[in-house]
Amino acid sequence: MSRATHILNREAPLVLGIETSCDETGIGIVRGRKLLANVISSSMDEHARYGGVVPEVAARAHVEAITPAIRQAVAEAGIRLSDLDAVAVTCGPGLAGALMVGVAAAKALAISLDKPLFAVNHLVGHVGADVLGEEGPLEYPTIALLVSGGHTSLLLVRDLVSDVELLGETIDDAAGEAFDKVARVLGMPYPGGPHIDRLAATGSPTAIRFPRGLSQPKDMAAHRYDFSFSGLKTSVARWVEIRRDAGEEIPLGDVAASFREAVADVLLTKAIAACSDFNVPRLLLGGGVVANARIRELAGQKCADAGVTLRVPPLALCTDNGAMIAALAAELIMAGAQPSGMDFGADSTLPVTTIQIL
Amino acid sequence: MILLNPAPSQLRATGLAGARSLDFVILAIDTSAGTSVALVENGRILAEHSVIDTMRHAEVVGALILECLTSADILATDVTAVVAGMGPGPFTGLRVGIAAAEAFSVGANITLLPMVSHDGIATAHYAGGARGPITVVTDARRRELYWSTYSGLNAHELPQRISGPNLAKQAEVPAEVLGLTPFILEATEVSAGALAITAERMATAGEPFGTFRALYLRSPDVTLSKGPKRVVQ
Ligand SMILES: [Zn+2]
Repeated sequence: MSRATHILNREAPLVLGIETSCDETGIGIVRGRKLLANVISSSMDEHARYGGVVPEVAARAHVEAITPAIRQAVAEAGIRLSDLDAVAVTCGPGLAGALMVGVAAAKALAISLDKPLFAVNHLVGHVGADVLGEEGPLEYPTIALLVSGGHTSLLLVRDLVSDVELLGETIDDAAGEAFDKVARVLGMPYPGGPHIDRLAATGSPTAIRFPRGLSQPKDMAAHRYDFSFSGLKTSVARWVEIRRDAGEEIPLGDVAASFREAVADVLLTKAIAACSDFNVPRLLLGGGVVANARIRELAGQKCADAGVTLRVPPLALCTDNGAMIAALAAELIMAGAQPSGMDFGADSTLPVTTIQIL
Repeated sequence: MILLNPAPSQLRATGLAGARSLDFVILAIDTSAGTSVALVENGRILAEHSVIDTMRHAEVVGALILECLTSADILATDVTAVVAGMGPGPFTGLRVGIAAAEAFSVGANITLLPMVSHDGIATAHYAGGARGPITVVTDARRRELYWSTYSGLNAHELPQRISGPNLAKQAEVPAEVLGLTPFILEATEVSAGALAITAERMATAGEPFGTFRALYLRSPDVTLSKGPKRVVQ
């Protein structure tokens, strides 16, 4: 049996995307730049009791969720699997054991349907999600700030399918992890983001001056576009402990608002600096932390001040999902890319420069 | 998903191919040890391709399926059922085969038959003419073993599992089991072909298949969080 290697439809390919890099099992279906289905099954509730994503728990949940999600997406899209032009899958970066579930399923699905397979980069997928939004095609170049529980990355995207550069990333915790850890310090459950957001609405963002990681002149020389949140988390914990030990009441709203302000400030200051340094008047946000109201608000302000056009895909396309993987593969197909072979594996540290594994 | 007792006639009806008179073509995938893929038709292994490496399941599983289809000259649409080796096996690799088998069955719209991987080892052992009780033992890593005991073959030539699959520390497989079973089979691979033949005999004999659930036999290594650690000492 020879493998399907030629693609019949490069105009508006019908692609099913599989995403299993962290704790969401995502199956999306797109036709060209049109979103047909975006099914997400999250194992977040199972991780809540552990205070963070447990890789083995996530991987087990993917196996249970993946084919029900495929069936649901196919039903929602109103297509048959045999109608597909291609299957796409996240091959990295992410949790290795979780990625392997998607990679194995995608390979077998593609073979069973005799369809070409595209193994694509998760982070570039976050950028690709934007083409499914209402705002029309992505303009180049653009700076992309991707922030979630698993990653905090600043990218320079000259072309979604051929030229993506990593400007910087977190050197310790992801921004989303910092939200989870600070939430724990404040006695809030996982995931921390929504709880911090709610508390922050009752406090002042200028009440406490928490540190902005890697923002001192000496750090800016070596880590101009990199992030660090572990010092911030420790600083918040120390501030709270000292007052608790002294029997003082903790102004939870002020702590939450001031912490959130420190995160939003450092994220957007660095993103705007990248726009300015590279003379790129466009900023794209992606990743689950985009759900945070203050980060969106500050992005709007700072972009307006700097004359930068801001784009934020709809939230369901910002968190990890299969539609963004399908969308990136569809862009690759429309640009003439060849399918991936069958020998790729899960690459937990896949660099953003590798948009597709061939 | 529970697949109880699918009659062979039902299995045939789900995906009968056109030109060739293919009755009952099973694609079997097992990654409980290495990666093994086979195509079996009417009790005969048409193709079997395996990789012993226990660290490359996700890399090789697709190519092995393709190699089987190519060497047996079978189209994906000719396959009428998929057998999944559900373990026991070390979990990272075990899942790869289960996910692949299930996805193939969804893509081809055919029945999925979950199997205990040790049953394939037992079938392969008895196929050599041996009879009588055995204990099948496979590596569970971390100085632990998976084990199952079999009393022999029944009238349908199916191995009769009387205990297991179980998980035990090395040298803690119960003494009474060792006393009862003259043979201990320390298997390092599971033949997907033998597993498919076992499944085919079960379907023919009308024996029930198990639940579609991975046999990890071990909980994830996690500890419940005890609240944040202090930073001020
Ligand atoms: Zn992500």
